[in-house]
Amino acid sequence: MKSHTITLTINGESHIVTVRSADTLLYIVRGRLGLTGAKPGCLNGDCGACTVNVDGWPMKSCLMLAVEAAGKEVTTIEGLKETPIQMAFVENFAFQCGYCTPGFIMNCHSLIEQHPDADDQTIKEWLESNICRCTGYIEIEKAVKSVLKRGAHLKAPME
Amino acid sequence: MLPFDFDYYQPETLKEAVDLYQYLEQQGKQPMFFSGGTELITLGRIDLAYTEAVIDIKGIAECKVMRVSGNHLLLGSVLTLTKIEEANLFPLLTKTASQVADHTARGKITLGGNICARIFYREAVLPFLLADSQLLIAGPEGVKGVPINKIFAGELKLDKAEFLVQTATENRLIRAPYFSIKRRQQWETGYPLITVAALKMDEEVRVAVSGLCPFPFRSKEVEASLNNKGLSVETRVERALAVLPQPILDDVEGSADYRLFVLKNLFVDVLAALDGVRV
Ligand code: FES
Ligand code: FES
Repeated sequence: MKSHTITLTINGESHIVTVRSADTLLYIVRGRLGLTGAKPGCLNGDCGACTVNVDGWPMKSCLMLAVEAAGKEVTTIEGLKETPIQMAFVENFAFQCGYCTPGFIMNCHSLIEQHPDADDQTIKEWLESNICRCTGYIEIEKAVKSVLKRGAHLKAPME
Repeated sequence: MLPFDFDYYQPETLKEAVDLYQYLEQQGKQPMFFSGGTELITLGRIDLAYTEAVIDIKGIAECKVMRVSGNHLLLGSVLTLTKIEEANLFPLLTKTASQVADHTARGKITLGGNICARIFYREAVLPFLLADSQLLIAGPEGVKGVPINKIFAGELKLDKAEFLVQTATENRLIRAPYFSIKRRQQWETGYPLITVAALKMDEEVRVAVSGLCPFPFRSKEVEASLNNKGLSVETRVERALAVLPQPILDDVEGSADYRLFVLKNLFVDVLAALDGVRV
């Protein structure tokens, strides 16, 4: 069983794909499915450029075997369409070269979904998982906070 | 992507996992139990780990439990550190585990994986050493419960075909006053220099340390010195430093002298937090 035919659900679509046991999710998503939004950086779990969402949580796709993702809901940056966090990155100039951006956005997107009321400490803890070599992080923090604030405002007066 | 191929198995029962291991071992496949798998994936990529057969234990029910049973909290070995943090059933563990790697990586790193890892830094083991937890181990003879302080000496002493299923920790130790702190020398996500976890039980302070030696430890001698209330804080800490296990790490993250300097101050902080000493 060095290779397996598995069903990967990515961005809501099912893909039947034959993978080696040793293939990472990152490798399959990019090389076999052509979804090149998740970026290879360190390939060692350190930089976060490869971050995708698995069942709603951020996951460094270089740290996950493709076979482990069978039966789970995977979302890559291609699966997000004009979400508030994407717009906020643009409005806040939260990137320069853009290489780290898909990973940051996927992590921020999960944070907003899991903790819409995240405090500063939680935001910092989550964002420390990604490295950006261009910006000073301030713009990224601003982008996340602008979305969290908007979310809190929308939710507040519900009866 | 790993540069070598391996077979991948997903057993559903403890017995199936142990039987598979024994069978694959006989076939010369150098089998490996796998839960989060981050160590195999990162070390395998640079040829520092190798296997021809991976046995993924994430599907085994006993390895996934997270509940209180009678006087004990049971935590399965395949729970991710993030899951444990979010549930926050063991506050000292929540605090100490949150010092492992980074938040996203902790969504992949599992409790059992961190306890059994090869790297020096294995912070998640510290709370269990302090709380005298029991470990449930599966192996060819079935399942047995062993006190962690009997089976963990620098590393978890498991025989071939054995693996960690659960930890069981007494509620009174889970509720004990605690203190946990990590010092890094470099930036905030750099490797930890030293992590100290402590708790207080029956008027005695217990301490466990990661990042000082090439292994995490709890030492009775260190605790006896720190708890010698007839002496000044400085003397208690000096005597504790004199009976530390060896060797002290001396690497790019921090020299041995620097680590000892940091530890000295952390011990004072522990006594201030848990023993009410004035500093
Ligand atoms: S490429 Fe995955 S964390 Fe850097
Ligand atoms: S924008 Fe260039 S690495 Fe972040």
